[in-house]
Amino acid sequence: MSDARGISPARLSWVEIVFWVVLASGFWLWPKHLALASQVLIAGLFVLSYDLILGYAGILSLGHAAYFGLGAYAAGLLAQHGWGEPISGLIVAGACAGVAGLLTGFLVVRGQDLTRLMVTTAIGLLLFELANRLSSVTGGVDGLLGIDMAPLLGAFRFDMYGRTAYGYCLAVTFVLFLGARRVVHSPFGWSLRGMRDNPGRMLALGYPVPRRLIAVYTLSAAMAGVAGALLAQTTQFVSIDVLSFNRSAEALVMLIVGGAGVLYGGLIGAAVFTLAYHYLSSLNPVYWQFWLGAFLVAIVLLGGGGVLGACQRVYRMLQDRRRQTASQA
Amino acid sequence: MISSLLGVLFDGLAYGMLLFLISVGLSVTLGLMNFVNLAHGAFGMLGGYVCVIVMSRWHVPFLAALVPAFVAAALAGLVLERILYRRLYRGSHLDQVLLTIGLTFMAIAVATFLFGPQQQSLRLPEYLSGQMSVLGVDLNVYRMFLLAVGVVLTIALTLVLEYTRFGASIRASVDNPRVAEALGIRVGLVFQIAFAAGSGLAGLGGALGVEVLGLDPVFPLKYIVYFLLVVAVGGTSSLKGPLYAALLLGVVDVAGKYYIPQVGAFIIYAMMVILLILRPQGLVSRP
Repeated sequence: MSDARGISPARLSWVEIVFWVVLASGFWLWPKHLALASQVLIAGLFVLSYDLILGYAGILSLGHAAYFGLGAYAAGLLAQHGWGEPISGLIVAGACAGVAGLLTGFLVVRGQDLTRLMVTTAIGLLLFELANRLSSVTGGVDGLLGIDMAPLLGAFRFDMYGRTAYGYCLAVTFVLFLGARRVVHSPFGWSLRGMRDNPGRMLALGYPVPRRLIAVYTLSAAMAGVAGALLAQTTQFVSIDVLSFNRSAEALVMLIVGGAGVLYGGLIGAAVFTLAYHYLSSLNPVYWQFWLGAFLVAIVLLGGGGVLGACQRVYRMLQDRRRQTASQA
Repeated sequence: MISSLLGVLFDGLAYGMLLFLISVGLSVTLGLMNFVNLAHGAFGMLGGYVCVIVMSRWHVPFLAALVPAFVAAALAGLVLERILYRRLYRGSHLDQVLLTIGLTFMAIAVATFLFGPQQQSLRLPEYLSGQMSVLGVDLNVYRMFLLAVGVVLTIALTLVLEYTRFGASIRASVDNPRVAEALGIRVGLVFQIAFAAGSGLAGLGGALGVEVLGLDPVFPLKYIVYFLLVVAVGGTSSLKGPLYAALLLGVVDVAGKYYIPQVGAFIIYAMMVILLILRPQGLVSRP
């Protein structure tokens, strides 16, 4: 079966290869902005995980930062207590978030849109409050300090220019992206789209809808946890912000900016959002929030699809025009 | 011990009444029209700012300042319903969430730009401040006032919804818009008025709440969970559900913060998850 919409066929196309090659040449293309680029990649990975549940499975959530934050604190606390080896820390953090996703997934998939929205919001706020109250462990609003990372693979120290961090983030994001890509092109991934578009019919066809939704929710939570862990390890600091409602809302915004239900949408949305935030909020944070809001309203009114959707529309328009001129000739 | 218990109960009820006033409009849009309006708190904030500004700039007395608070929020609701919300009544929940989060962000930015990020305060008139001793318990006069306003408005709303032609039109439009339209009810207009009235009540609640809830630009985000909770837990069958839910929420929140402050807001969120899991349709579900 091939994807009818054509933007992400099952095999890596040349556009995709160029995309990753450009990212990999970031060491030479933007050597002075590697720290910012790492932030983009981390946000991208987080939004990618969110795309799995919202874009593909249609689970509306405003509490995905819970798993991001859980991963960040897990990795941060491990390193703080002397386990500074990054990759095993990353795996443990992902596992923690995944387990949390599994446990809460049962609650989330029970309801409809609104109930899901509220349960996920509540879970996010619950964890934020928990981290705030357990300040002896998490550092509360002061953040988690004293994270000391061992060199990556025993060879690469985390340097102050962020070279190691960038390479590390890029490698992890790439590997998980390929995993997510494999998942959404599998029969499992296609059944998720079915559940998003018509859960009743999928149930009638005999698909175990709740179980599959829980499975993808768990997977997504684990990925979000890895993204959080990357942030903790590369910045060697965990602020309580990682659990904030704003971070969950931002994931939604980034996904919509990039385009939901397309894996690259998350990465592109994260890049656009993070760069716009970086430049505009240095002018004035208030303007930034206003234009972000106005942009969201505009997206809804003008019809969605985000950046990728717009590219696709332009591409289709050009193709139609070419076909017209060809038929006239 | 007993008197502190009564005091907490009283504060909680007043707080709950305020939550009910602000949320009752949301129970129309969200509960009845099934529109996820995350920007509802922004109308409350608008009412609060209008009240504060009118009082400090033009020295309007507090009770008179409540009127422009209601009117401004209702007008804003009317206009926004007309140009934005109406397009999305049949849209997906995701689109509704995006639109209203966008509006909330814009409202926060505008409020910060105009009034700065700090908390606003207003001077209550003499007759509404201080304590009053009732049956040996010292009660805050303003909170008694809030309770009274809440009771009066609840009775008025119930009467309007149950016994007037307009109330019947709202119920009919919600139950079956197509048949209601066929019977000559102008469903669009009914929704518009209901939306504006709900926004106005939120504005009134926001103005009344400056003293209790505080008022700063992040008000719409800070309390949105409470408003959603009132509607989700209360269900939509009548005004009773949201009222009980709001009062319960108010008492639990105040009691939690008073007796076990180290747990803080934890109780509310935990309660929300548990209630939503047990009763996805709300406490008082529709027959």
